[in-house]
Amino acid sequence: MTSEISRRRFLGSAGVIGCSLAASPLLTPVSMASAPGENRLVVIILRGGMDGIDVLRPWGDLELAAHRPNLAVSHDNELHLTEFFGIHPGLKPLMPLWDRGELSFVQATSTPYRDKRSHFDGQDLLEAGTVDLAPLGRRDGWLNRMLPYLGGAQARTAFALGRENMLILTGQSPVSNWSPDVDLGMSSQGLRLLDLVMKSDPDMAASMTEAINLAGSDGDAVALDLNGGMVDQEDMMNTMAEDVSRARKGKTHLKIVDFAAERLKAETRIASFSIGGWDTHAAQNRTLNRPLKDLTESILRLRKKLGTVTWGKTTVLCMTEFGRTVRENGTKGTDHGTGGTMIVAGGAVRGGQIHGTWPGLEEADLYDRRDVMPTTDIRAWAAWAMRESFGMSKSALESNVFGGLDMGDGPKLLL
Amino acid sequence: MFNPEVAEIRFGTGLSPRVPAPQSVEALLDGLVGQDRIATRFPIEPFESFRHRITAFQAARRDERRAKSDDARTQATKAKKKANTAARKAYASMIRDTVLRRTHTDSGFRERLAFFWADHFTARGKSNIVRFATSPYIEEAIRPHIAGRFEDLLIAAVTHPLMLHYLDQAQSVGPNSRLGKRRERGLNENLAREVMELHTLGVDGPYTQADVRQLAELFAGLSLDQQGAFKFKTAHVEPGTETVLGKSYGRSGKLKDVHAVLRDLARHPATARHVATKLAQHFTTDVPDPDLIDKMTEAYRDSGGNLLNVYVALLNHPASWLPEMRNIKRPIDFIATSLRALDVDGTLLARSNQKQLLNLIVTPMQIMGQSWQAPNGPDGWPEENAFWITPQFMAARLAWALSAPQELRRVLPDPQDFAQTALGQNAPPEVAFAASAAENRWEGIALVLASPAFQKF
Repeated sequence: MTSEISRRRFLGSAGVIGCSLAASPLLTPVSMASAPGENRLVVIILRGGMDGIDVLRPWGDLELAAHRPNLAVSHDNELHLTEFFGIHPGLKPLMPLWDRGELSFVQATSTPYRDKRSHFDGQDLLEAGTVDLAPLGRRDGWLNRMLPYLGGAQARTAFALGRENMLILTGQSPVSNWSPDVDLGMSSQGLRLLDLVMKSDPDMAASMTEAINLAGSDGDAVALDLNGGMVDQEDMMNTMAEDVSRARKGKTHLKIVDFAAERLKAETRIASFSIGGWDTHAAQNRTLNRPLKDLTESILRLRKKLGTVTWGKTTVLCMTEFGRTVRENGTKGTDHGTGGTMIVAGGAVRGGQIHGTWPGLEEADLYDRRDVMPTTDIRAWAAWAMRESFGMSKSALESNVFGGLDMGDGPKLLL
Repeated sequence: MFNPEVAEIRFGTGLSPRVPAPQSVEALLDGLVGQDRIATRFPIEPFESFRHRITAFQAARRDERRAKSDDARTQATKAKKKANTAARKAYASMIRDTVLRRTHTDSGFRERLAFFWADHFTARGKSNIVRFATSPYIEEAIRPHIAGRFEDLLIAAVTHPLMLHYLDQAQSVGPNSRLGKRRERGLNENLAREVMELHTLGVDGPYTQADVRQLAELFAGLSLDQQGAFKFKTAHVEPGTETVLGKSYGRSGKLKDVHAVLRDLARHPATARHVATKLAQHFTTDVPDPDLIDKMTEAYRDSGGNLLNVYVALLNHPASWLPEMRNIKRPIDFIATSLRALDVDGTLLARSNQKQLLNLIVTPMQIMGQSWQAPNGPDGWPEENAFWITPQFMAARLAWALSAPQELRRVLPDPQDFAQTALGQNAPPEVAFAASAAENRWEGIALVLASPAFQKF
């Protein structure tokens, strides 16, 4: 007979894995790394291809309305940033940041990815930070490649939670993946035998060992010895299910932010996670609202949770794999394009700027006669943010972190 | 070369103490072409029937919105809830029957291929009870075609209502079509792009943005009727011809134009290689033997994309029979092969309620990284081992192996015997030892299931 007491006993003695991290999100990737110094860099990957000119609207370009009879047409004075540019109403909650100088944008920017307009290759290239995609299995990410250049960076404390590997923080530097919401209980004899059976596969063995180590890292023992007493296995399963349902309730993106913020206030200096939902092929006036809400809420929550001092040392880069078509498509949405918009927020940011060059929207100005022509390489902006945040040398960034990048002149992204 | 246990582990649904492993390559192939007995035994409703649930739900919701009296509204709300509850119940049955097919079948290769192709042609509902329509889609569009010609499978999947819904095709309209001109509507490129990038040529294939656009124009007629059934709407068709990969299509303005371009895409050499590579990865290892891919590609090309010939090439290649297990099982495979090895009483699973199914199968799979029929995008689940081997996912598999077997069997088998049953002749000595040295049965069973020898195929 199962009782609440046996369950508590089970949880206590089994050392519910990582219960000190119980508030962390389940099945959601967050990549992190520690580094010396006080500056923080947060990279938010906007998966699905954010429509740059619906988010940062070039109202001053007279072609815009002709390309988009249903999108981005209303001129609301409150949404004007400059004479030329306004923002999507969904970004309105960020207006106070713009006014305080904590928000900037980069117009018409993209990775070197061109022509095939595949989400999957586009995202991989964005996270890889290279010109071309390496073959599968040999890919690594630019945040990871930067770690060796940060004197004393603790790569071993870098970790990710989650469901998918974030390429951006994978590669040679040892980075692990972990979500702690799984409860385990096993006898010490069982754990020793587990070690033995896992040996034949080093990758699986390493992952299992890390799971067990992290389980013990909250101070409770992992091993479960109940003097031969029957373990309440049904409860273990129920606890797993409860963890999942708890993790699914409420706003997942805010849980990620809370988790990242807690870490950034401690030893973490670099964090990366993603927000999806940007693939607005149809009814964009409606479908773009949710991801924009998730994004603005995430930025505002991060600001609140970090507090004035830490936020003052923080730069947030919001990047997407590509922009979308300049013309709206036949279903009041947009299809995959090229040039896009990057959002830069944070107390460390030199705000109130719209960086980059506007390419124009006349047909001859467009990339492939359909997309916003990229006028800068998005990697250069990321590189400058890294240089200004962590003092990395330009040559290391240009040749080692981002293969074959020309950073150009300093745009002065940060204060 | 061929070995019955390797055959059942690598190409089937895992070793079973009850169902004998296939004894030859021919037996594996026969399992694909004979009657689909296991589907008859554990039937899953096809989309053709499931779609009526969708329309009933949507009609009730519309009535609810338009109700003029409180009474009418209450009535409609009740009807809506009823439709929703019934659909959820049907959904639970589909999950149960999908697993039961795997635990009981004597032709596991069919189940594995149905999963592979359903993943290749990922389609999902995006709203309310349409979200439960994936199994009905697989039953109707995928399963009947897994051993036929790829082009028939391609046409069935790409023109299926669920795919048209999932990749926004249903609303796409030729800008110069009758409806396009009258209503100022136009194209949506989503499906056309994924057909070339994911379903046929592959992202490195020889297509350009112009081809995507032209294919989207050709697809314009693909749509749905009010009842959620497929309908080719001539009012959506873009007038004139379109050029895809240098060839002109669209003269008739009828569905046969779409079929023609899909057949040509299916027969393209880039498609042959793309399909061969994916199959080889799925069944052998992340970076397959190049000669295996070549042989499968040749078989595809020589037969005009006859999938059975491609499977023959796969099953007759020495690289497919290396004794070393190199791929890690997906969570669905891990759980279903465990249940099969445990010889779980079919009636017990058949009687399981929704909550039990959730706790034993759906939730654990989610924690292992594979939400039931819900991959992130139209590219389906990753093939690479690296995606699945993470501390969280490994811990989730261990936790399941420790707890679920006890829920499913009144008396657990002796762990030493179980090691033999689950791993066969291949049982590594350290796993046999661990099974015998475990303090209790449930840990012994868990150690066998958690071992790389069991988790790989």
